[in-house]
Amino acid sequence: MLGFLKNPVVVTAEINLSLVALTVMGLMSRLWGLSYPRAVVFDEVYYGQFVSLYMKRIFFVDDSGPPLGHMLLALGGYLGGFDGNFLWNRIGAEYSMNVPVCSLRFLPALAGALCIPLAYQILVELHFSHCAALGAALLILLENSLITQSRFMLLESILIFFILLAVLSYLKFYNLQRHSSFSGRWCFWLLLTGVACSCAVGVKYMGLFTYMLLLAIAGLHFWHMLGDRTLSNVGAQLLGNMGLTRGLALLVIPVAMYLSFFYVHLALLYRSGPHDQIMTSAFQASLEGGLARITQGQPLEVAYGSQITLRNVLGKPMQCWLHSHTNTYPIRYENGRGSSHQQQVTCYPFKDVNNWWIVKDPGMQQLVVSNPPRPVRHGHIVQLVHGITTRYLNTHDVAAPLSPHSQEVSCYIDYNISMPAQNLWRVVKHNILHLKLFISACYLSHCSNSESLLFTFFFQWKILTLKNEDTEHKYSSSALDWITMDTNIAYWLHPTSGAQIHLLGNVCTWASANVAAVVYTCLSLWYLIRRRRKIYDIPEDAWQLWVSAGQICVGGWVVNYLPFFLMEKTLFLYHYLPALTFQILLIPIVLQHLSDHLCRSLLSKSMFSALVVAWFSSVCFAYRTFSPVTYGEPLSVAELKDLRWKDSWNILIRKQGR
Amino acid sequence: MPAAGGGRAGPGPLRQRGTRRLQGTPPASPLSPRPPAGRRAALGLVTLLSFASRFHRLPEPPHVCWDETHFGKMGSYYINRTFFFDVHPPLGKMLIGLAGYLSGYDGTFPFQKPGDRYEQHNYMGMRGFCAFLGSCLVPFAYLTVLELSKSLPAALLTAFILIFDTGCITLSQYILLDPILMFFLMGAVLSMVKCNSCADRPFSASWWLWLSLTGVNLAGAMGVKFVGLFVVLLVGLNTINDLWDLLGNLNLSLVTFGKHFLARVLCLILLPLTLYMAMFAVHFAVLNKSGPGDGFFSSAFQSQLIGNNLHNVSIPEQDGYPLSCHCDPYPGGLCRGEGIYTYLHKDLNNLWIIKKHDSDADSSSPVEFVRHGDIIRLEHKETSRNLHSHQHEAPLTRKHFQVTGYGINGTGDSNDFWRIEVVGRRAGRLIKVLRSKIRLTHVATGCILGSSGKTLPKWGWEQVEVTCTPYVKETPNSLWNFEDHINPKLPNISLDVLKPSFVEILLESHMVMIRGNSGLKPKDNEVTSKPWHWPINYQGLRFSGVNETDYRVYLLGNPVVWWLNLFTIGLYLLIAISTAVALKRGVQLTSEHKGELSRVVLCGGGQVALGWLLHYLPFFMMGRVLYFHHYFPAMLFSSMLTGITWDTLLKFFSQFLSPSTTARRVYEGGIVALILLIVYSFYLFHPLSYGMIGPMASDPSSPMAGLRWMDSWEF
Repeated sequence: MLGFLKNPVVVTAEINLSLVALTVMGLMSRLWGLSYPRAVVFDEVYYGQFVSLYMKRIFFVDDSGPPLGHMLLALGGYLGGFDGNFLWNRIGAEYSMNVPVCSLRFLPALAGALCIPLAYQILVELHFSHCAALGAALLILLENSLITQSRFMLLESILIFFILLAVLSYLKFYNLQRHSSFSGRWCFWLLLTGVACSCAVGVKYMGLFTYMLLLAIAGLHFWHMLGDRTLSNVGAQLLGNMGLTRGLALLVIPVAMYLSFFYVHLALLYRSGPHDQIMTSAFQASLEGGLARITQGQPLEVAYGSQITLRNVLGKPMQCWLHSHTNTYPIRYENGRGSSHQQQVTCYPFKDVNNWWIVKDPGMQQLVVSNPPRPVRHGHIVQLVHGITTRYLNTHDVAAPLSPHSQEVSCYIDYNISMPAQNLWRVVKHNILHLKLFISACYLSHCSNSESLLFTFFFQWKILTLKNEDTEHKYSSSALDWITMDTNIAYWLHPTSGAQIHLLGNVCTWASANVAAVVYTCLSLWYLIRRRRKIYDIPEDAWQLWVSAGQICVGGWVVNYLPFFLMEKTLFLYHYLPALTFQILLIPIVLQHLSDHLCRSLLSKSMFSALVVAWFSSVCFAYRTFSPVTYGEPLSVAELKDLRWKDSWNILIRKQGR
Repeated sequence: MPAAGGGRAGPGPLRQRGTRRLQGTPPASPLSPRPPAGRRAALGLVTLLSFASRFHRLPEPPHVCWDETHFGKMGSYYINRTFFFDVHPPLGKMLIGLAGYLSGYDGTFPFQKPGDRYEQHNYMGMRGFCAFLGSCLVPFAYLTVLELSKSLPAALLTAFILIFDTGCITLSQYILLDPILMFFLMGAVLSMVKCNSCADRPFSASWWLWLSLTGVNLAGAMGVKFVGLFVVLLVGLNTINDLWDLLGNLNLSLVTFGKHFLARVLCLILLPLTLYMAMFAVHFAVLNKSGPGDGFFSSAFQSQLIGNNLHNVSIPEQDGYPLSCHCDPYPGGLCRGEGIYTYLHKDLNNLWIIKKHDSDADSSSPVEFVRHGDIIRLEHKETSRNLHSHQHEAPLTRKHFQVTGYGINGTGDSNDFWRIEVVGRRAGRLIKVLRSKIRLTHVATGCILGSSGKTLPKWGWEQVEVTCTPYVKETPNSLWNFEDHINPKLPNISLDVLKPSFVEILLESHMVMIRGNSGLKPKDNEVTSKPWHWPINYQGLRFSGVNETDYRVYLLGNPVVWWLNLFTIGLYLLIAISTAVALKRGVQLTSEHKGELSRVVLCGGGQVALGWLLHYLPFFMMGRVLYFHHYFPAMLFSSMLTGITWDTLLKFFSQFLSPSTTARRVYEGGIVALILLIVYSFYLFHPLSYGMIGPMASDPSSPMAGLRWMDSWEF
């Protein structure tokens, strides 16, 4: 009974001390002096607004991305006891005492620090040596741009963390595939892949690129499995199961998770706020305050004689209400076209007493609501009477003021006999009311959360597709500048001392990463062509390693970089960081390959190692040189001028220049 | 004996290669150069039908239809030799012009707007030429499918789809670039496929012929429209694949491989490039008179055109400016001053006078030269107001500063001062007309004068906005050059020294075309066509006529054909995936099946499907205005895919039927049924292309009554 006591309880722990050391160093580099500068740095001014809105539970829609990232930032604020009372209006503004700067910046910094052990693990899972893995981790550790981006309330480090986590879990899963399919660990890593992917997408839509890459790699691996004739005895059953589990974990779960982010977002934010306008009236009515205050206790159905306002539901660029006032259209427009000279009907984006209309039955004269009220139904013919001026909404065959192809809409004035009144309108529910005027369902005061989820979804998509304005910013850059790091971004400048923080990468690492990518491509092409002629330069398993490492690292770089050439939005250097991370991982891979397969003699091997050591110390040197602008240490003008290694860099020097 | 044997084995390597290549492909008879009589008859039949359908009622309607107003006009420009600008390369319009010239059209018809009657002008030559090229598409597609599938029914099905598609007929009947483009495109595909089937006898005469024909057609396709780039891509991918196969063939020595490689470089890169440049050479040689396109090009180029202000003239080496200033204030009286806009065409309002910032130069003082780094004032010659900027936001680009004309009779304030800088020069250098690229920096705010590229609304005469950008960055938008220059005190130079070389002209015209293409953005209130509309035949284009009494022609695909095509794409995907998986899993199939499936479905169908993708997907990423007719190249590929897929499907399933006669009957019956369906639907919809007169389709007495299956169709 007490059999388990017969054997001693043994706990064997295997601790990779270098991994621990790396993590500690990472934490130190990212977390040290986190609350400095105690001022709004760069895009904190943007994300901070959302954090405040979360704290106050006020509804908003962010037009730049899905809500998970903002929610994580808000979580930091919540844990730090932030009350949301800070006016995020200017970069460089001093934080007031109620802002828990440290805890707001903690999560991104933590995510940035954890990227270092992740990089180590990824290289180990790609079957590269401990030494290469160590190199990758150190390069990430000493990358100034990643440090800068991690130390503030920004989303990129969280995004990169989830991307690397997704890659690592997929690799772990794939390596377990060979001998222990359907084991607990196998399932865990597969699930984690899906979860990390959806989190990456949930933080920024950019995560989609890596998700697609992993899906493609998973598809490729599955395709190879299909062709594996040793599995053919086991039959289609197993393959089917394999396919199903993968589909479930890599397709269904991410989608479900992604939807759940929006669910949480909506569940958290129940107060009416600045972005109500872009949502449907029905949704607005479900928020506390705002429209709900008006619609509370309103009748649900529109009847003849009801007083209503009509809102243009999907209007661009903003939603507005059907409106009329006593002014008439000018007799002639500037371009010489004539008008009906009748009362203007406009669409007005603000609430106003002139937005009220009365629904009238054309067959009856009086405007009162009959008892019992007769509801207006789909397909009914109605007249709309403007409440203040008591004129009928009318349209006729006169060109509209700005769109000559459409008919003019006016409020009919009786004196103009030559134009007969055409003031009968058919109500078409959820559809066009003759001239794209929608009857808004603003009389629904209850709206289930699932419905609004879809609405949010839809509107977010709509905003994304609509957004194309303002493609210029002082620190914006083009995608081509990123490879050579031609531009930097000034994040923060101390008002008096010369201390400043820039998003500026480790020059040495960026250059080596580019070289590594070129070397990888050239070598791969060379090997491929030689293999085609049946000349095998490297052993088959080394080739497989080389290819799979390339799939991840070069593939990751390509999918996270090239799409930006097709984008028309404003681009910044920090958009390149995920791609850069993958490119950095490639450096030790190429180095190890060179040393293993191209340095044949012992002498050349040791020469090569010496070169690598020299190169690595130059990386450390570059890190040291630029760390003042990474951490924001005060610098003299001369020192700042020395840092301006490239003319195109925008280092801020006081009382200099024109 | 050994001697005889050796003698016979003389041309060994070549023959051996040939037989080896042959073994890969199933022993099908069509490899023999002469087609059997049945195929020749079928080819004759489809060609005849194609020509008959395209030339039927060709002169109708006798007025300008749709884009004829552009391309007909451009044809006339070639005949009149006046310079013009278009966003497409010149070959298509040159061919139209040539056809008009040969058929006796004299280039006098103005082609002002759709609906203008041709009256006595001879337009049939141009229409006939386009219809001729459009008719060739059918035999081309027929031959391509025949080559890919080795199956007569598949080729016939494709041919009938294209013959009886109302969209293809309509698009071929007018003076448009599309039939010309599609001719070259299908020609390239056909020659590529033919060349592939000659792979067993490389470097033979027919191999060279098809390879170089591919190159010629590529140049043609590229020369008509930039969309030809997609077929270049298709051929390029095919060539890479081909070379990869050759590289993997260890029986080929590297030298032979090198020959293969060089042959392709010669025929598919150098030959098309030469032809393409030759086209432009002809274009610029023919158009030597000044015309409406001058303003799009640089001043140096304009000096080459007869009749242009800059032709054969000599001007002093400083001053002048291509800015126009119209005396209309910004709406709402936001600010005193006048709107400044860039104007693409040249007129008197573009002239400015350069003055020193601190003094008014009077006419008696000696000439002073403007130098790099000088601070100047620019006074508008017509209105005597100074070029001015201040920290108000510009009308469209909110982050830039507004630029206005300010002051009376040249007296303004310090916001009128600009620093003039030449790009890439040191301080103190003289500024030269035409050649110096200059930048104007506003002294007070440090911003740079530039055009934002955005078009102002009506109040700004739809001219281009000028702003002063505070972001000190090098962009082409902020570079200016002096063009006209009037100064009686300076010696004049002749502009002949500036004559650009042909390569420069070529590069410049491409820059202009690319800019023009991306500038074709949809206007406000314009209903644009979306790429996803196209395969479902969602909405057509009105070619002619709107009202009930008009002769109406509506560009719309035969819905039965198009929906069949759409359905087939899904079907093909299904078949291709299941075939690929079956082959990968090593499912037991007879070797005959295996060869057939992999060859026809994966290789042949794959090529065509790739062509469809390449001609369709890129449109989703284009920002410019899109129209329904952009889908037609993709539609050609889609139709070929339909022929191949249904033929394979019917053949595959009919094989399971027991007596071979039944199987054959089912197979042939299926194809015939499809063809009959297409012919019947064409009978229903033929008025779309051959003209509808009378009431609209909503009226029951209309010939099209009941045929308006989708509300979005406008007939």
